[in-house]
Amino acid sequence: MFFNHLPTNFAALEVGQHLYWQIGNIRLHGQVFLTSWILLGALLVFISLGTKKMENDPKGMQNLLEFLWDYIRDLARTQIGEKVYRDWMPFIGTLFLFVFVSNWGGALIPWRLIKLPSGELGAPTADINTTIALALLVSLSYFYAGLSNKGWRYFEYYVHPTPIMLPFKILEDFTKPLSLSFRLFGNILADELVVGVLVFLVPLVLPIPVMFLGLFTSAIQALIFATLAAYYIGEAVEEHH
Amino acid sequence: MLAFDFFGATEGGLFDINATLPLMAIQVIALTYILNSLFFKPVGNVVEKREKFVSNNILEAKNKLSEVEKLEADLLSQLQSARSEAQKIVSEAENESDKLYKEALELANSEANASKEKARLEIENQTSSARDQLFKQAEDLSELIVNRLILEK
Repeated sequence: MFFNHLPTNFAALEVGQHLYWQIGNIRLHGQVFLTSWILLGALLVFISLGTKKMENDPKGMQNLLEFLWDYIRDLARTQIGEKVYRDWMPFIGTLFLFVFVSNWGGALIPWRLIKLPSGELGAPTADINTTIALALLVSLSYFYAGLSNKGWRYFEYYVHPTPIMLPFKILEDFTKPLSLSFRLFGNILADELVVGVLVFLVPLVLPIPVMFLGLFTSAIQALIFATLAAYYIGEAVEEHH
Repeated sequence: MLAFDFFGATEGGLFDINATLPLMAIQVIALTYILNSLFFKPVGNVVEKREKFVSNNILEAKNKLSEVEKLEADLLSQLQSARSEAQKIVSEAENESDKLYKEALELANSEANASKEKARLEIENQTSSARDQLFKQAEDLSELIVNRLILEK
């Protein structure tokens, strides 16, 4: 399975091709880890530079990081509530930063210039494994949040206004991770495909507005993912009266 | 051209789920802990410390302001009482001086009246004595005239 440089295969080759890493008898999508390591490395470098010398009177990068922190705190506080948002803020913030950095990194960096033997580098969130992993983490988190905050009373939520809701609420536990993962995956993949196909068809000018639209979608998707995760956790810890 | 194998069964495909999933989950959990200690905690400490500092300062300023307002009211009432006292003193002094003036005026008036009366009496005395003298002289003169006329006859 080698990369074919024929332009007619340009778009065709991008979809569903992976750089496989074989470790023992498990197989990994190497390109997902490569891009995520590069992007997360850049994020961590940026954050450690920004938090190296923090002052009461913020300057430069500290301002940006404090703005980001404040943004994430507001997000977590409005969705989860004053009482427990502190416990979940790092998780919500990590989801937001991971998805945002992955989406924007995938859209902004010209990964195509780096040739792989198979598949190609791109946004880690355009791989279904990543989005399902994130969505399952969210599911586990809201179960854990509900059970640790309310104990067995968490299950009152399932029959909350009336017991008729029980099947729907159980169904929701499956649809929540499904919709979370597929929304993110679909949006980012679609954006990459649209840009790829447009670049292939009209290499000049025309893809640029679509690229901007892609950046917008990417940011919105990160916000949506983090907000929904926080909302689910908030729903689980909410006290019914 | 866009002939992709969506549900590629064994090799590749968009929905190829494998060990990438759990490893990515572990990576995200690790990232949560790293970001918590590298970003959320330190930045949160700084921001919350500053928020506390600001709210403390605002509280302190409010306390000081209320203290200032209390002092101002105190001073104002002091000023008012001092002013009224001053007014009282001034009016007292005015009354006093008025009284003194009236007394002095009365004294002077009575003195002037007395001396006027005395002068009038004196004038009257002198007038009557002068008239008496005049009468006497006229009497003498008439006597003389009478005598002379009688004698010449």
